Amino acid sequence: MSNNKLRKVDVIFSPYSVAPYEILKNTMRRPKDEVVQELIDSGLRGRGGAGFPTGLKWKFAKQQQSDQKYVICNADEGEPGTFKDRKLLVEVPRKVISGMAICAWVIGATKGYIYLRREYRYLIQDIEKELDLYHKHAAEIGLDFKIEIFLGAGAYVCGEETALIESMEGKRGEPRNKPPYPIQSGYLGKPTVVNNVETFASATMVCRIGANEYKKFGTDDQHGSKLFSISGDSPKEGVHELELGMSLEDFANEFGDGDTKAVQVGGVAGFCIPRKKFKTTIIGEGNTTGGSTMIFNSTRSMYNVLHNYLDFFSEESCGQCTPCRIGTQQLLKGIEAVKSGKKPPEYLDQLVKLSETMRLTSKCGLGQSVTNSFSSIVKNFREEMIY
Amino acid sequence: MAEVKELVNELVDKYGRERKSLLPILQGIHLERNYLSKEAMLEVAKQLDLSAAEIYGTASFYSFLDTKADGKYKIRVCKSITCEMKGKSDIIKTLEDMLKIKVGETTEGKRFSLLETNCLGLCDQGPAMLINEEYYTKLTAAKVRKILGEYIRNKY
Ligand SMILES: Cc1cc2nc3c(=O)[nH]c(=O)nc-3n(C[C@H](O)[C@H](O)[C@H](O)COP(=O)(O)O)c2cc1C
Ligand code: SF4
Ligand code: FES
Repeated sequence: MSNNKLRKVDVIFSPYSVAPYEILKNTMRRPKDEVVQELIDSGLRGRGGAGFPTGLKWKFAKQQQSDQKYVICNADEGEPGTFKDRKLLVEVPRKVISGMAICAWVIGATKGYIYLRREYRYLIQDIEKELDLYHKHAAEIGLDFKIEIFLGAGAYVCGEETALIESMEGKRGEPRNKPPYPIQSGYLGKPTVVNNVETFASATMVCRIGANEYKKFGTDDQHGSKLFSISGDSPKEGVHELELGMSLEDFANEFGDGDTKAVQVGGVAGFCIPRKKFKTTIIGEGNTTGGSTMIFNSTRSMYNVLHNYLDFFSEESCGQCTPCRIGTQQLLKGIEAVKSGKKPPEYLDQLVKLSETMRLTSKCGLGQSVTNSFSSIVKNFREEMIY
Repeated sequence: MAEVKELVNELVDKYGRERKSLLPILQGIHLERNYLSKEAMLEVAKQLDLSAAEIYGTASFYSFLDTKADGKYKIRVCKSITCEMKGKSDIIKTLEDMLKIKVGETTEGKRFSLLETNCLGLCDQGPAMLINEEYYTKLTAAKVRKILGEYIRNKY
């Protein structure tokens, strides 16, 4: 266990010391319930942002009675500042595919999809080659689980699991109400596990090294290693695998340029943390685990940063529910009005309230999470919003 | 428009006559034709037994499905935060000067369309852009002149 210290680890990108399909084969010799329990014990949480315990998701999906179930790998990776899923698909695709296959075997699915964002179309050929190889292995070990690529068509909100499913069903990518959750009624109304690319790769590694080894990484309540996509004002931009549970101070010392003013943790859907809170902020606690970390130094205008985020949200809002559709536009216009002096500084407080209302009344995570970055920037960098 | 009909027929045979095949079919048309014409959408509607409005409504949701003809080469420059910080506006300005169009416009003869887009997942190598399926990173004005110059010269 580390004491909120930053530690670099090498689990997910470590070379294949045991070939991933060997891990799959070995795992399939064990009782399914034991494998699920191992995943639960490992404390692995979803790496797509929402952080739901992966073992539990698989357990619930396994319990569903259905003639057909599906496994979907969410490779929509649209959160600004995230690019680790792309790297995983390029560098260790077999760990990802093997994780999908283990999931399928556990829950009893015969069909799976990799939902690949349209922007990554250039990866298709290489992934298809990997899938050919996988299908050969699957045939050899007698696993009836086929995987196809489903190409997205360009929409951030399709990363939301129910919007992703709508889009696969040939519709607009508009999120559904939950419940029912995809594990109850997902693709074509069948029980469906949707997991992030990194989650599947991590599940493979849990099966390889066991829950006990895996739990050695991280802290008491944040287990495992995690990929961080680091960008912005950093001399070390790129994907880094770190233990969960480090303080932001250590993080900024390691990856900042010596002049770090704020770090956006968890992408634009996450929180913007100012320097004075680096010491007390533990990455992974209460902030999202998607792994996008964008570093801003003192030359950056936080007004411009927020403006950019709001522009993103108002463009990517699917428009299905009013709080999000209107709210994102109002917030954008609102900060412009304060900046230009058309509205008094106190108007910012009203805007923060509006963003909080959006959290309560929006249908999906997009509208619900706008307040995270909005409130954290407006509260911590108020002067910059006004002058 | 016998040709469009053939193309749609082919795609429907390949992906199936169901609603869930709609995106792959539309993408297939797009790859061949560079956009979804009205005729193509009507044909898909007929074949999948859906209303044309439904096809259009679905297509228009997605930023990579165009419902009007535009440039053969679509330049998509990332405008999300870290690319913006790393100098995206210089990149846009260079492209606008070279192509003599503004963002959102298409050159005469429909060779190039200039678009801004959200994060391309290349943030550690920004500023970044896509030209059709090719990606370009760590852009500078000089680099953009060279890349685009090659498109203008070689890829008619
Ligand atoms: C607006 C929005 C966008 C999302 N985009 C992604 C994404 O690109 N990739 C992803 O894995 N999860 C994304 N998610 C989270 C998914 O809904 C879902 O929680 C996740 O795929 C579950 O997998 P996990 O448990 O392995 O993280 C997004 C959620 C929201 C609300
Ligand atoms: S919160 Fe926004 S993105 Fe989500 S369903 Fe509502 S309008 Fe669509
Ligand atoms: S911010 Fe430009 S590629 Fe991500």
